[in-house]
Amino acid sequence: MLSIRNLQSGYGRIQALHGIDVDVAEGEIITLIGANGAGKTTLLMTICGKPRASQGEIVFEGEEITRLPTFQIARRGIAHAPEGRRIFPRMTVRENLQMGAAVTPPQYFTDDLDRVLTLFPRLRERLDQRGGTLSGGEQQMLAIGRALMGRPRLLMLDEPSLGLAPLVVRQIFQIIREINREQKVTVFLVEQNAFHALKLAHRAYVMVNGRIAMSGTGEQLLADPAVRAAYLEGGHPAAEETEEAR
Amino acid sequence: MATTSSAPLPPKRNDGPAWMPSLLKDAFAAGVLAALLALPMLGFRLVDSAQGLSLDYRFSWVGIAFAAVFAGRLAISLARNAWDGRRRPMRERGTEESHGLRLRKLAGWLMVAAALLLPWTPIADRNLIDKATLLLIYVMLGWGLNVVVGLAGLLDLGYVAFYAVGAYSYALLSQNFGLSFWLCLPLAGAFAATFGMLLGFPVLRLRGDYLAIVTLGFGEIVRVVLLNWQVVTGGPNGLSGIQRPSFFGLPFLAAVPGKTTFHEFFGLPFSPDHRILFLYYLILILALATNLFTLRIRRLPIGRAWEALREDETACRSLGINPTKTKLSAFATGAMFAGFAGSFFATRQGFISPESFTFLESAIILAIVVLGGLGSQIGIVLSAFLLVGLPEWFRELQQYRMLAFGGAMVLIMLWRPRGLLSSREPTVRLGKTPKAPEPMPAGEGATP
Repeated sequence: MLSIRNLQSGYGRIQALHGIDVDVAEGEIITLIGANGAGKTTLLMTICGKPRASQGEIVFEGEEITRLPTFQIARRGIAHAPEGRRIFPRMTVRENLQMGAAVTPPQYFTDDLDRVLTLFPRLRERLDQRGGTLSGGEQQMLAIGRALMGRPRLLMLDEPSLGLAPLVVRQIFQIIREINREQKVTVFLVEQNAFHALKLAHRAYVMVNGRIAMSGTGEQLLADPAVRAAYLEGGHPAAEETEEAR
Repeated sequence: MATTSSAPLPPKRNDGPAWMPSLLKDAFAAGVLAALLALPMLGFRLVDSAQGLSLDYRFSWVGIAFAAVFAGRLAISLARNAWDGRRRPMRERGTEESHGLRLRKLAGWLMVAAALLLPWTPIADRNLIDKATLLLIYVMLGWGLNVVVGLAGLLDLGYVAFYAVGAYSYALLSQNFGLSFWLCLPLAGAFAATFGMLLGFPVLRLRGDYLAIVTLGFGEIVRVVLLNWQVVTGGPNGLSGIQRPSFFGLPFLAAVPGKTTFHEFFGLPFSPDHRILFLYYLILILALATNLFTLRIRRLPIGRAWEALREDETACRSLGINPTKTKLSAFATGAMFAGFAGSFFATRQGFISPESFTFLESAIILAIVVLGGLGSQIGIVLSAFLLVGLPEWFRELQQYRMLAFGGAMVLIMLWRPRGLLSSREPTVRLGKTPKAPEPMPAGEGATP
């Protein structure tokens, strides 16, 4: 569905991605983990066309999208729930969702809205509340819901667990699984919360300093001693706590 | 005055009437301070008499200063307390907001009714209608600029350029081609919109301060061109003898050979007031059309896209919105209304020159929008009244007029730092407001 070949990109003279190869097949959940500054967000942004790739190519459903402007890429069916959520704070939840459906034909709107609100019942309670007054978890739900309103085939999520309490993180990941299973949306997930993200993933990539260091199925990477040492042990109480629980 | 604004805020308490003494104490302290300051400045006075200078005492003035500051301080504290008492957390405010919305709607209709009836009230005379017409021009310009600044969030300091384009296109079209006002009006709007696009292209990538500087420059360019392109625009002499508007072909004149005039057609005695009235209703209709357009377009995808663009451009792009088109359409729409207002201005004045389109005009229009509370339609009417209406009425104050103007601005920004009516009204809303939600489960409210 999405294939990235030898992708290089960066900001000005600073190169952030040094030749990335990533494949996403239809129906998969792909997770990308890595430390701060590894280039995870840059990869997502480059897929969206900003910053532009300096080399390499991005092919989505057989069409090269490397040089398209961002809004054209979005219209091809790639939704991006960006880092920090970036909802419209002064607009209500409903208006935010309407914006998500800005370029989809209007006849789908009622059904889509209902689907998103069934997925996130909390948003239904908050329909007329301003986006900026929602809690962090609700804002993340709104960001994902807004992305879904555009009827994407590929949903890219940038650190949906950022700054959220463990309970909410689990909820969000549960919903991502549901979106993937029931709505047949392919998911490309970028995460720091490696444990949850790898459990969820069909396949996963590990990124180090702008390069893909490792790839495999979610379980393989979870079991890998190097991955465990770098991303799971110490500093991830959430992961340990859930492991003990089972 | 200085004491009230620079002193720390008066004490705030909501626990019953016990706070009253502390408010009184606070007000008394402010009054004493004022009296101390007033004593040397107001209490003593040098009198120049035939015997030379002598000292005069005016302690009653000190008393007045004390009383004024005491009462003012107390009133501010009481108002603040009352206000805080009403203030409730954001989440519980659903019903209150919809109540405010109804109130605003009512106020809006009342204003429209008042504007329609104004010429028939006993206080109306030629002078008043003239001033009301001027006020309405600014209201319309404010509403037009609101599309650009309030909705799309693009800070435009050269808005008067489009106003000028509208005025000059009407003047030139009617003088050179003999086109009527009604034909020129849409043309002037179209010209101004084109200029809006022209300005839009180079500034697409700019925002905030940078955008403001470029638009400021654009406004000046237009003015300087008008000033120097003597052959076409008449340069600093401007264009005079611009055709006055007619009532669908019936001129407002005492008699025109070979033509029926307005008063002849309707069998009325001739009166110069007819034209004034006609102009008043014309600008009222134009302004209301601008308002209606803005209210409507906010519910349409393009209007929502403007607002979303103001909130977060990056998010807009990733939702598939074309920012280029969205910004250009906002610039063009705002400019179009300025063009309409400009051609109205030209036909009303009968004379235009670059003098009328200086940066000060842009600044006033922008001030109207900002003071009104960005994006609020009624707020713009109120601030236009405050910034244009009051100074017009208080022309008698002469040199103190601008002082009052500045003072009003400072006061507004102190008390309503986000504009007179700053809360944004949602474009859609369920019939009933959702009930207050139950408290969040533990652990979920981790981030605000």
